[in-house]
Amino acid sequence: MAPRALAATLDTLPSSSADAAGPGHDELRDLYRMLSNVRQLDRDAVAWQRQGLIPGYAPMLGQEAAQVGAGAAVDRSRDFVFPTYREMGVAYTFGVNMVEYMSTHKAIWHGGLYDSVATRFAPFQAVVGGSVLHAVGWAHGQTLNGASAGGLGVGLAFLGDGASSQGDVHEAMNFAAILKAPVIFFVQNNGWAISVPTEQQVAGGSVAARAAGYGMAAVRVDGNDVLAVLEATRRAVAHARAGLGPVVVEAMTYRRGPHSTSDDPGRYRTLDDEKIDGGEDPLSRFRAVLLARGVADEAFFAEADAQAQHQANDIRAGVVALTSRPGSEMFDFVFQESTPTLGAQARQWREESEHV
Amino acid sequence: MSEILELVRQTPLLQLSMQQAINRALGEILEDDDRALIFGEDVGVLGGVFRVTDGLQQRFGANRVFDTPLAESGILGTAIGLAMAGFHPIPEVQFDGFAYPAVNQIITQLARMNYRSRGRLPMPVTLRVPSFGGIRAPEHHGESLESLFAHVPGLKVVSPSNPQQAYHLLKKAASMPDPVIFMEPKARYWNKGEVDLAVEDTSSLEGSVIARSGKHATLIAWGAMVSRCLQVAELAAEDGIELEVLDLRWLKPIDEAGLAASVSRTRRAIVVHEGPHTAGLGAEVAALVSQSCFDSLRAPVERVTGFDVPYPSGDLEDEYIPNIDRILFGVQRVLEYRRG
Ligand SMILES: Cc1ncc(C[n+]2csc(CCOP(=O)(O)OP(=O)(O)O)c2C)c(N)n1
Ligand SMILES: [Mg+2]
Repeated sequence: MAPRALAATLDTLPSSSADAAGPGHDELRDLYRMLSNVRQLDRDAVAWQRQGLIPGYAPMLGQEAAQVGAGAAVDRSRDFVFPTYREMGVAYTFGVNMVEYMSTHKAIWHGGLYDSVATRFAPFQAVVGGSVLHAVGWAHGQTLNGASAGGLGVGLAFLGDGASSQGDVHEAMNFAAILKAPVIFFVQNNGWAISVPTEQQVAGGSVAARAAGYGMAAVRVDGNDVLAVLEATRRAVAHARAGLGPVVVEAMTYRRGPHSTSDDPGRYRTLDDEKIDGGEDPLSRFRAVLLARGVADEAFFAEADAQAQHQANDIRAGVVALTSRPGSEMFDFVFQESTPTLGAQARQWREESEHV
Repeated sequence: MSEILELVRQTPLLQLSMQQAINRALGEILEDDDRALIFGEDVGVLGGVFRVTDGLQQRFGANRVFDTPLAESGILGTAIGLAMAGFHPIPEVQFDGFAYPAVNQIITQLARMNYRSRGRLPMPVTLRVPSFGGIRAPEHHGESLESLFAHVPGLKVVSPSNPQQAYHLLKKAASMPDPVIFMEPKARYWNKGEVDLAVEDTSSLEGSVIARSGKHATLIAWGAMVSRCLQVAELAAEDGIELEVLDLRWLKPIDEAGLAASVSRTRRAIVVHEGPHTAGLGAEVAALVSQSCFDSLRAPVERVTGFDVPYPSGDLEDEYIPNIDRILFGVQRVLEYRRG
């Protein structure tokens, strides 16, 4: 069997949306740095869980190219990202404070401590498919606000192959196409929804292929090729920004790690399966491209990888230093305008339970 | 004469049905708040199946008032995204029973976004739901969802009982920075009542109101059950029994102080609602009353409610919804109660 990522052929995006110039040398090196940083941080986060620093984590090992490519294609000043629970790489690429991001995995606050409004990165979302409709609503809001000179702000909704089974995802795609909303449905088809393989999940075999039924453009791309993902997402964003409607981008990738730190993939796949289906590691693939193009050498990679370790260490120190939020915050954020009943419960909690 | 005309102009009293009062409130909300949006199934060209949004798309255009695809989760999910983009959505779910497909978005997303985002993404969304029974409608058109929604942290729930309240409570709800489920008693849509457009003090829209004063027992109700309780009070008065009728209005948060004030005076309470008995909102009311009024209560709090059965077909709905006789039996039980 061939690696899954190679099953990437669909492209119905009009070519006028193509980005003329590919990334220059500096941008290529930056992409590598981001991939390396994200890889390191992801690996370390798994280790933190083993060390007892965080109770759990959902690794994105193998999806670095998909996440960095997508995150680098959107504009931090006007677009808005709607992540799931596995978009650490997108968060990093989008400039979210990673200590504040990791706070959700340290069980400090479900949505994460980061400022969703300032970072334009919606709160951590634990409901599969839960935020896809939000992206559509937000994007329609951009249409109602009217385009600025540079076009519309674009919503970037993340979802998995498993999420594509949710009714809300159908509703979101249909709404988006009817409203011509500037939204990208970025599907990371990573082969698995916990233990259930895509073949048992996605009838017809491709989420991107469904776009045609909605009259929507779609691209299916090799999700382990960071340049292919970047280019496809940029084209999709340009299309949506120009007011031409929503786009599905299906990045064919592979979840190389367990679903989460409490998962045991040995119960549903073998190491051989992982080797064959996963194909070549996205980072070594990109290293080969940079070497072949003469954009970087081994010294550059060594330096970038060392930097990544430094950075992960710094983030670890920040995560170690994170302390629990005061219990009063349970009550503080339920409403903008609290209620007498809730106020009474907060008072009683303070009298009976506060140990400080 | 001219003085009278002047007075009329200052305090406009209108005769409106609840459907007209809500329509008027929606028009004023759209006029005053350019971030307000109305959307849902058939709310645009048709003006809604109950005509509550009649004429609004013509007045405000299809960007402010629009028809969505027929998908309730989609309506709520996009409302959440629009709120994240700074809009003030006032979506409609066509009938109570069809709020169920949206319940996932309401509970897991709408009610929690403010909390999840630590107050950075408020959800000023007012969800209008034509609610409760009494119109001999098909299945799923007569549900009472208040205890479901009141149980969800992060939601506020309100139900008006007459045109005056519908007009003011809707404007109040739409001005609030938190999600409000606005339950419109569809059986009362066509009943006219006096509407005073002026409201001096918006705090008068918080909490419950005494719809009729009395001293022997308090009937506690909301939505369409308020007018029925007023009828009951009228009948009881003929026998010299003076019933107070407390219109709860806000089902979350419940006006605990208002409840306590009334029942500590009358010393007897009967809570009346259309929804099923077990774990209905009446249980919450009874618990609150017994906690605040334990020493003054002369009888256990009585509940006159729908039964623990699926909402029946039109021919049987008068057997299901608390009717005058059943409410009177409830009154009799609390009045005749003797300590054992
Ligand atoms: C609505 C819902 N159902 C079930 C779950 C439990 N769950 C969490 S992740 C997951 C698999 C999701 O697979 P996919 O969408 O492919 O994303 P991936 O985990 O592969 O990134 C499941 C079943 C959930 N979080 N939400
Ligand atoms: Mg998956």
